[in-house]
Amino acid sequence: MPAPARSVAVPAVSPRLLAVALLTVGLLLVLAYLVAFDQGAISQSGMYMHELMHDGRHLLGVPCH
Amino acid sequence: MRTFGNLLVRGLIVGLFAGLLAGTFAYVMGEPHIDAAIAIEEAGGAAHTHGEEPAAQAPAAEEEEPLVSRNGQRFGLFLATSLYGVALGGIFAVGFALLRRRLRTPSDSYAALGLAAAGFVGIVLVPFLKYPPNPPAVGDPETITKRTITYLLTLVIGLLAVWAGVAASRWAQRFGDAPWIRPAGGGLAFVVTIVAAYLILPSINEVPGSFPATLLWQFRFASLGTQAVLWTLLGFGYAALMDRHSKVTKETVAA
Ligand SMILES: [Zn+2]
Repeated sequence: MPAPARSVAVPAVSPRLLAVALLTVGLLLVLAYLVAFDQGAISQSGMYMHELMHDGRHLLGVPCH
Repeated sequence: MRTFGNLLVRGLIVGLFAGLLAGTFAYVMGEPHIDAAIAIEEAGGAAHTHGEEPAAQAPAAEEEEPLVSRNGQRFGLFLATSLYGVALGGIFAVGFALLRRRLRTPSDSYAALGLAAAGFVGIVLVPFLKYPPNPPAVGDPETITKRTITYLLTLVIGLLAVWAGVAASRWAQRFGDAPWIRPAGGGLAFVVTIVAAYLILPSINEVPGSFPATLLWQFRFASLGTQAVLWTLLGFGYAALMDRHSKVTKETVAA
């Protein structure tokens, strides 16, 4: 099998990139938290969003009640 | 050279599609089992809706109007898997950008597939084996905090175990170049890490003896399947985008 020989074309990991990357991951973790664990603290919708995404939470393997 | 933003946007888009399709799988394969579990719960009279005070008396509680109807929750399933897909896709892309240079393959596509496989094993498979997910109607609301913490721990341990496996397999190279040395070293480090973690973490089993085992496992495999669809599409979707992008770059360079 001929492996496609290609030079690696991603930005080098500078301190600045690392900071941006960590900030991005932080924001995305908030989004994941909203789906998986939030009980109104972030969504500010009471339990509405929690209940709305209830089936998804169970099927994504997250513990729930 | 791809910019970080470029890599990230690809991940978010691929994650959205992977999440939508995982939602479709979950809807077809999982919803019937959730409905069945809820039917058992209602027949059992142990009314449960979270977020509300435990009703003083169960019979009255059964008449409660749910905050979101069952149809609303079926729609919410797609919202949940899509948002979760976007989040995972973005984190996956950040991981790709940071780790790409350390992955020993010249192909971006193989790198994406390898990362997705590592993510699936660490974030899905390791937690699944220790704390298999339960349908609604199973589980004690009192222990939710404990179950959440132990679940998150298995997730971190899963990723650590994958990392330990990769590191050990590279380290094992110095003991010779027989073809079995690297997989043996990597596999050993991976297995030792998760076995130690499984022994230390508490066992949690809140499934009532009366709950049908078949239904329980049908639900669990639907859940595993949903996440398998999500990660498979994440990996192949990202790999495909990388491949296309590379070709475009080549043409541009050649032109
Ligand atoms: Zn639940």
